[in-house]
Amino acid sequence: MSDAAQTVSGRSTARWAPHRTAAALRHLGLRGAAIVYLGAMVAVPVAAIVSSGFGDGLTSFRTALAIPYAWTAIRLTLITAAAATVINAVMGTLLAWVLVRYRFPGRRVLSSMVDLPMAIPTLVTGLMILTLYGPNAPIGKFLDRFGIQVAFTWVGILLALCVVTLPLVVRQVQPVLLELDPAEEEAAATLGAGAWLSFRKVVLPAVRPAIVGGALLTFARCIGEFGSVVLVSGNIAGKTLTAPVFIYQLANQFRPAEAAAIATLMFTISFVLVLVTARVTRRVEV
Amino acid sequence: MSVSIKVEGLTKRFGSFEAVRDVAFTAAAGSITALLGPSGSGKSTVLRMIAGLELPTAGRIWMGDIELTAKSVQERAVGFVFQHYALFRHMTVFENVEFGLKVRKEGKESREARVKELLELVQMSNFAERYPDQLSGGQRQRVALSRALAPRPQVLLLDEPFGALDAKVRQDLRRWLDELHRELGVTSLLVTHDQEEALELANQVVVMHEGRVEQAGSPADVYNDPATAFVAGFVGAANVLHGHVVDGHVHLGTFQVPGAGHLEEGAAAAAYVRPHDVRVSTEETGVRGTIDRMATLGWLARLSIRLPGGETLVAHVPHDELGDASEGDEVWVDLRSPKAFGIEPVMHSDADLGAPVDAVPTATQQSG
Amino acid sequence: MSAPSDVATPTTPATGAARRRSRLARGALAAAAIAYVALLLLLPLIGIVTKAFEPGVSIIGDTLSRPEVRHAFLLTGIITVITVAVTTFFGLVVAWVLVRQRFLGRALMNAVVDLPFALSPVTVGLAAVLLFGTGGWFTDFVAARGIQVLFALPSMVLVTIFICIPFTIREVVPVLEEFGLDEEDASRTLGASIWQTFRRVTLPNIRWALLYGVALSTARAIGEIGAVLIVSGTISGKTETATIYIFSALEERLEAQAHVVALVLAAVSIVLLVGIEWLHRRNELERSRT
Repeated sequence: MSDAAQTVSGRSTARWAPHRTAAALRHLGLRGAAIVYLGAMVAVPVAAIVSSGFGDGLTSFRTALAIPYAWTAIRLTLITAAAATVINAVMGTLLAWVLVRYRFPGRRVLSSMVDLPMAIPTLVTGLMILTLYGPNAPIGKFLDRFGIQVAFTWVGILLALCVVTLPLVVRQVQPVLLELDPAEEEAAATLGAGAWLSFRKVVLPAVRPAIVGGALLTFARCIGEFGSVVLVSGNIAGKTLTAPVFIYQLANQFRPAEAAAIATLMFTISFVLVLVTARVTRRVEV
Repeated sequence: MSVSIKVEGLTKRFGSFEAVRDVAFTAAAGSITALLGPSGSGKSTVLRMIAGLELPTAGRIWMGDIELTAKSVQERAVGFVFQHYALFRHMTVFENVEFGLKVRKEGKESREARVKELLELVQMSNFAERYPDQLSGGQRQRVALSRALAPRPQVLLLDEPFGALDAKVRQDLRRWLDELHRELGVTSLLVTHDQEEALELANQVVVMHEGRVEQAGSPADVYNDPATAFVAGFVGAANVLHGHVVDGHVHLGTFQVPGAGHLEEGAAAAAYVRPHDVRVSTEETGVRGTIDRMATLGWLARLSIRLPGGETLVAHVPHDELGDASEGDEVWVDLRSPKAFGIEPVMHSDADLGAPVDAVPTATQQSG
Repeated sequence: MSAPSDVATPTTPATGAARRRSRLARGALAAAAIAYVALLLLLPLIGIVTKAFEPGVSIIGDTLSRPEVRHAFLLTGIITVITVAVTTFFGLVVAWVLVRQRFLGRALMNAVVDLPFALSPVTVGLAAVLLFGTGGWFTDFVAARGIQVLFALPSMVLVTIFICIPFTIREVVPVLEEFGLDEEDASRTLGASIWQTFRRVTLPNIRWALLYGVALSTARAIGEIGAVLIVSGTISGKTETATIYIFSALEERLEAQAHVVALVLAAVSIVLLVGIEWLHRRNELERSRT
């Protein structure tokens, strides 16, 4: 495009015209503002975490992991996140399919409900789950008879994670399904494929990248989830204490260095994931 | 009043790629000049530099007596029409056309009058309150044109204005632009890859190729007197014959074509012959050939003539000259006004070339 | 558009029994989807409404008249307004720079915009502690100027801004990329300055995307808990947002009050959600207009 940003090696007399200089200043001014904004608001805080976490090299990791319950917390976080990701991938795809391909009364409402976790505070979500699945709540008491406890167990954590990440896969898969050319499925049908086969062989490959993208977003979100988990899990050290809650506790106990070590570890995992996701799902060409 | 456009030494480099090299031409006041060339020839870049949308690497631009090179887009006050219309999608037709006037802070009444005047001119008065996405392509382009003309620019720049339209709409709009120009007389610069469009509309055609000007002249000049092989091949259809220069002729195996006097002896050369310069008759002059295929294009017949050596010539012959000739008949061929050019080993691949032939008979065919 | 479930699709069988089975299968799928959403969202939502009203309707008035509750809502409001203003304005700048400019480091800037999504909110709060707490990078700097960052409004605003940064940018960038360039050129040839072009041509083109981003940021800012919890010090009546109030109230066994505040937040979220859905649809509609 036009403007002073391009490299010029010629002798055009227009080079230093006043409006050119104004344009150049404006150009660079905007870029400078963007850099300062992102630098101060994002880069500096992240740098603080990483420098504290990697401060003493990897020994700070080892000391952090040596803290009682640190490792169990991390392990619990990763496992529940993985489980929630799998569930969300399946149910999210199912939901997207139902919302796109079927028509029924209340479809619009269902679609809007799917987005609710994006709008509602995670803490409120946790509280909502407790009011239904808590030890003295209707469904909680019902399940208790079968020996299934939701609140203050990993089941509750898993449930909270699934609620909070509900929209993530659905919203990735839906647009892809909408754009799918019906001709391919029609061709499969003329060749004798039934609904399930057609889905597996024609639809699934097309939406796989979207599912993977949504799954990665889910996992990254899950390993950082705080608001809902802190209420539902009961935060029992060694049993239902997750990494984010652990970090919170350490920060509250004025042990920021150890908190930073664990935070850096979790951050590294999700950073890599988000980068990969951005490649797969986003459209900014760089 | 309209002014002339003059461009000198215009160059544009993108990194190491030279899109425009040392382009120079003048467009007379009130004329239409076509910048004609294939995609990638740099013609759009030249236009955008004249508009101020691109910054030249080198060169100067004048509008009348005023040098534009140092002026911003806004200061140049040119009318610009884009290939994809670029209408403001959130404004009505009326608001679109009014835009340039509003920017210049013209009074409400005079704005309204001017917009109405222009909408009537482009026959879009009934669409004043519509939005661009409610219009067809042809309608959008007419609105774009009136929007560009509203502020009374001295110069009108059109970047492949009909490129995105159907063939029929394109023809209609072409005719209509012609009338409009006659009426308004604004100096216009039209970028196009459609040579028919250029030849039909323009007073001057500037043929461009790979960033350079190949030839600038009237439509008749570029058609009848192509200055380079590229122009000969790009403008108008042509039979292309390859051979070597022998004694002022282009020698093609057993036949030869005159007109190579200006070329070096022994050099590789190509002779270009227009299909309508291939004379076909039943009198035994020239070289014998057979009508391979005959297609009727309205009042014209297009003949594929196979020569004894296996080569094929394309000839355009008016029906009344054909008599009752038909496919399979024997005819005699004579070539008029061949143009010879020296060529490099690699041939340009251009559109609109007739069937290349290896050998062609001339009036100086050896007997026996 | 979706195919009505009683109309033939490519894979609808033609014969009676098979059709019934296919109908059944589709019904089962739809039922599973609805049940999933109901169990995860709808019922809990109903649950919280019921629980909030359990002590009687008067609890609402009682809770909402408490000064610390009012302050909590006020604080949430202030933080949200500042956050949304800052992230929208600078988000526009960043989006513009990313799409309309070419420079070395653009890819890096792009990645940095995504960073807030990669961090747990508690990590963000932790970063603020590391920067402004004891021995932090900026602790002396702000102390010398008499500004209190931690356990006060500034840190709460800062962490919320961090968390909300990507929303506006991610929504505006695709729209800026997809169209507007020719229109902006046309506007300049008609004599409009850069600022006029931005105001009259670019802004109308991106307004729905922008508003959608604003709605998302608003919801996120209101719902923030992890980061603000760490930096606020939870001083009742001073540094408690609505969400922090719920948290503290639960810890102090003030369950009824917690549920009321949660209900209010849920109601606000639903209103926001309606706005979000509408704006999302407007945005998608815009982008499909050629």
